[in-house]
Amino acid sequence: MLSGEVARADHLEVGYRGQPVWSDASFSIRRGEFVAVIGPNGAGKTTLFRLLLGLVRPVAGDLRVFGAPPRRGNPKIGYVPQSHAVDRETNVEAVQLVRLGYSGNRWIPNLTPGMFRAEQEATEEALRSVGATELARKSLGAMSGGELQRIFLAEALASRPELLLLDEPLANLDIRRAIELVELVHGLVRKRNVATLLVAHDINPLIRCLDKVIYIANGRVATGLPSQVLTTESLTELYGVPVEVLRDSRGNLVIVGGEDVHKDPDA
Amino acid sequence: MTSARASVGWSLLWSWLHLHLIWTWWSWNLPADLQLMLEYPFMRGAFEGGTIVAVVAGVVSYLVVLRRSSFAAHALGHVGFSGAAGAVLFGVNPFFGLLAFTTVSGTGIALLGKKATHRDVEIGTVLAFMLGLGLLFLAFYNGFATEAYSILFGDIVAVTTSQVWFTLEVSVPVLILLGWVYRQLLFASLDEEVAEAKGMHTVLLGVIFMLALAVAISVAVTVVGVLLIFALAVTPAAIAVRLVKRPLYAVLLSVGIALFATWAGIFIAFYETEPTSFFIVTIVFVMYVIVRATPAVAGLLTPAAPPVARTKPQPVAPYPHTDLRFPAPAGAPAVPPADSEPT
Repeated sequence: MLSGEVARADHLEVGYRGQPVWSDASFSIRRGEFVAVIGPNGAGKTTLFRLLLGLVRPVAGDLRVFGAPPRRGNPKIGYVPQSHAVDRETNVEAVQLVRLGYSGNRWIPNLTPGMFRAEQEATEEALRSVGATELARKSLGAMSGGELQRIFLAEALASRPELLLLDEPLANLDIRRAIELVELVHGLVRKRNVATLLVAHDINPLIRCLDKVIYIANGRVATGLPSQVLTTESLTELYGVPVEVLRDSRGNLVIVGGEDVHKDPDA
Repeated sequence: MTSARASVGWSLLWSWLHLHLIWTWWSWNLPADLQLMLEYPFMRGAFEGGTIVAVVAGVVSYLVVLRRSSFAAHALGHVGFSGAAGAVLFGVNPFFGLLAFTTVSGTGIALLGKKATHRDVEIGTVLAFMLGLGLLFLAFYNGFATEAYSILFGDIVAVTTSQVWFTLEVSVPVLILLGWVYRQLLFASLDEEVAEAKGMHTVLLGVIFMLALAVAISVAVTVVGVLLIFALAVTPAAIAVRLVKRPLYAVLLSVGIALFATWAGIFIAFYETEPTSFFIVTIVFVMYVIVRATPAVAGLLTPAAPPVARTKPQPVAPYPHTDLRFPAPAGAPAVPPADSEPT
């Protein structure tokens, strides 16, 4: 294992009930890398997270997380799932959720004043690092989508992880909030040197911050630098049908041909 | 004709209100009244049993509200009715039948519906089968209308000393167990997927919650009965979560509300002919209505706040890594078109 390697996959294959989701994935993620996991709906992006979290087992191939097979409850991993039980009716102040992110898995927390102080410090630090100190006493049910995402991020950061898994944090955010969140995550990746995998539909808000892209489509996985993966040639090979990557004047990407494309009848 | 009948109804209501609210039987000298009451053994039993039930139900109701499990609470009450009917049929203490049916069904529901928020179908299926059993027991036995009545609506003043002790014996272990897993249960209720990823046994926690709920429902049936179970198993916490944001305070407040309603209900029922459960349910309901109505009323009374001045949108490049701006047409504000998208 290379030093500073957080996760490594060799010809990894995953499936449910004999049906393969994707196969032959090989990648390595190093400390402090910002990685986007991109692909169409149902391609198996969340499945990759469940593999890393040790919630599903690979069908074939080898996966190592921090040099060992993935195991459930690894304290070095922070996870923000896509769906949450929190809704408008949840009248619980935000700091409580962040505290649970630090010590929620302990049977009896805070037996000593020292433990209590450690928890308080970790909570405050996590809230500060996402710029949510002033949201600590606000009710989760009264928060906007962007505020909630920052609290979930703080919850994941409270246990000081070395690998952060963010599942669709940009969903339900408008473009301005999405960019703010990406900048926040990017700053955290650089400052804390925490490797981060971020699942997203749209690569464009992320593209300039990324160190690596894991592109999952058509049961296959392509990984590498954004400039290597997000090209007409590489995506055509991945999808197995002609795909074109277009670039607009501001550097944004449009991928055409991989999914259902509206065809102009006059063309 | 109808108006004459209606006026009879109104005058009856009016005299009832006079009798019960203005010329009360109690003296408004609380210590003296309580002393008088506690000289009766059945009143002591009612207060002791009611106190234990209120504490357990108050604690569990917070988790019920947090986990959106009121349908489970409702179902376990009805399942318990079948259990009690079966126990009466076989000549066993109805409370044992109640406890057996609720714990078995609760465990079954928790194991069938793994995700706490998507259990409606599992609960409904188990409930229908258990009620079917209850119907069978009722068909076999046709002499226990009064017992069925007390299970359906509760009868706290009929609680015996041995029942109080038994309530205590099943309640204390449940409270200790809940205290032990409280934080994990809170985490699993607020953020189940993260809790699972952190290696917590969310299914086991779900079973523990349903077991605690089963015991809380079983003991609460003796006070408010199956049909009014929400009054102690859901509403106290539903009031509390509207008032406080901290889970521990919400649990304590919920227990406080359950205790107040139970004590006040028993107190009033001592002087009145109406059943105790009615007073408990009414007290809890009035509190709930007040808590729900207060923000709306406050909103009506306070003058509308002046509209918050909208901050002028700052011209920002749509993507931070590019500095490209569209050249603004002459006379137009220097905001790129992409910024005018809804924020």
